[in-house]
Amino acid sequence: MTDKPHITIKGVKDGLIFLFDDSCDFAELMDELRFKLEKSHQQLLSGPLVHVHVKLGSRPASEEDKEQIRSVIRQRGNLLVQTIESEAPRPDPAGASEAFKLMTGTIRSGQTVEHDGSLLLLGDLNPGGALRCTGDIYVLGALRGMAHAGTEGRTDVIIAASQLRPTQLRISDVISRPPEEWMSADASMEYAYLEDGRMQIDKMNQLVRMRKEPMLFKGV
Amino acid sequence: MGEAIVITSGKGGVGKTTTSANLGTALALLGKKVAMVDTDIGLRNLDVVMGLENRIIYDLVDVAEGRVRLQQALVKDKRFDDLSMLPAAQTKDKSAVTPEQVRDIVLELKKEYDYVIIDCPAGIEQGFRNAIAGADRAIVVTTPENAAVRDADRVIGLLEQSQVPAKLVINRIKHAMVKSGDMLDIDDICQVLAIDLLGVVPDDERVIKAANSGEPTVMDPTSKAAIAYRNIARRILGDMVPLMPLDDKPGRFRKLRKFLGIG
Repeated sequence: MTDKPHITIKGVKDGLIFLFDDSCDFAELMDELRFKLEKSHQQLLSGPLVHVHVKLGSRPASEEDKEQIRSVIRQRGNLLVQTIESEAPRPDPAGASEAFKLMTGTIRSGQTVEHDGSLLLLGDLNPGGALRCTGDIYVLGALRGMAHAGTEGRTDVIIAASQLRPTQLRISDVISRPPEEWMSADASMEYAYLEDGRMQIDKMNQLVRMRKEPMLFKGV
Repeated sequence: MGEAIVITSGKGGVGKTTTSANLGTALALLGKKVAMVDTDIGLRNLDVVMGLENRIIYDLVDVAEGRVRLQQALVKDKRFDDLSMLPAAQTKDKSAVTPEQVRDIVLELKKEYDYVIIDCPAGIEQGFRNAIAGADRAIVVTTPENAAVRDADRVIGLLEQSQVPAKLVINRIKHAMVKSGDMLDIDDICQVLAIDLLGVVPDDERVIKAANSGEPTVMDPTSKAAIAYRNIARRILGDMVPLMPLDDKPGRFRKLRKFLGIG
């Protein structure tokens, strides 16, 4: 056990507050929590039902971490975890979707690729394979499997492929099943997008109408 | 040190065992020392196709559990001295051996044989993991059906994860159906699976007849399937053999046209 305790237990009107240090290792924190509950503070913490509020400081905590804290505290039957608070800065959603990933290879049947942001696949997406992104999906190859863009609700994203022959396309929560719903005559570069909540397919050179980004040309 | 090749497909009934039997025999025909291993525990077939069922005394599980030496369990082929087979057990199931045990057996076989052909069971579970454990490379067998191609794709993905390089054999192609557009053609399949093509075997009734009589097709040089298997065996050895034309009957008329120079 380290010299300085990482966990401070405070009594308040409606129960106990566990203040966790936010700079030490999480495993170390758990060890100390167990030690405090089972050994040093055993007498103090036994008795009638007590509500517990856990404050994690600025430590970012996943659901798994929180569940671990709950299960450790729950071992003492009289302690009831009410809240687990973390003041960790939330990952900036705008910043995350900027993340662009380049991937080379074939996504085969049974394989799933997930990415937070946009993804460019240099290769094929085969039937039975799945590709999920929170941003755009571009495939330099044949898209034959399932592609889902905007998995977290963005509706301004597109799915583009050199050969758009999917088993299913999803943008946000709109699902489209070609060839029942649409089928393009030739297999040249196309992209799928949402317009008024419906999936549309268009030629790649039409994308500029949807995304008006300034382009600088040199020369005359 | 020899080389271990696993014959796999994912889907059942596409011809893994037939391919194993014929490639094993074809390699022996080309003068190589070959051992075939049947890893389809509980549903062994390779011995039946090879016509060696009545010679089995011990099996793969006996060797894995150390009851007998590997040499005792190997069944010698009736046609070639340099061809042997290690049969699977019929009374157990796939969990009777571990991938490590199979790998050790294959490693021991590789010391003595030029090629170890491993016949893989259908599916992607324990039996599949056992079969690929000792393999240096894989031959994925598929037929021109969407379901078979889908499963082959899945298996290729799993083989890539295990770092076993795979090549493709397309089995039971019917030229007439491909020509009329009713069957997937070779290009379609190769485009989806994106691995090297090792060979194409035409559909041939004689393959079934041969399997039933326990005589691999490859022994009958008049069969197109036999030639295809022999070609695949030569490609395994590293020879450059062109794909043979698939159109069934050149026909007298076409021969005549060719003779006259208008075909």
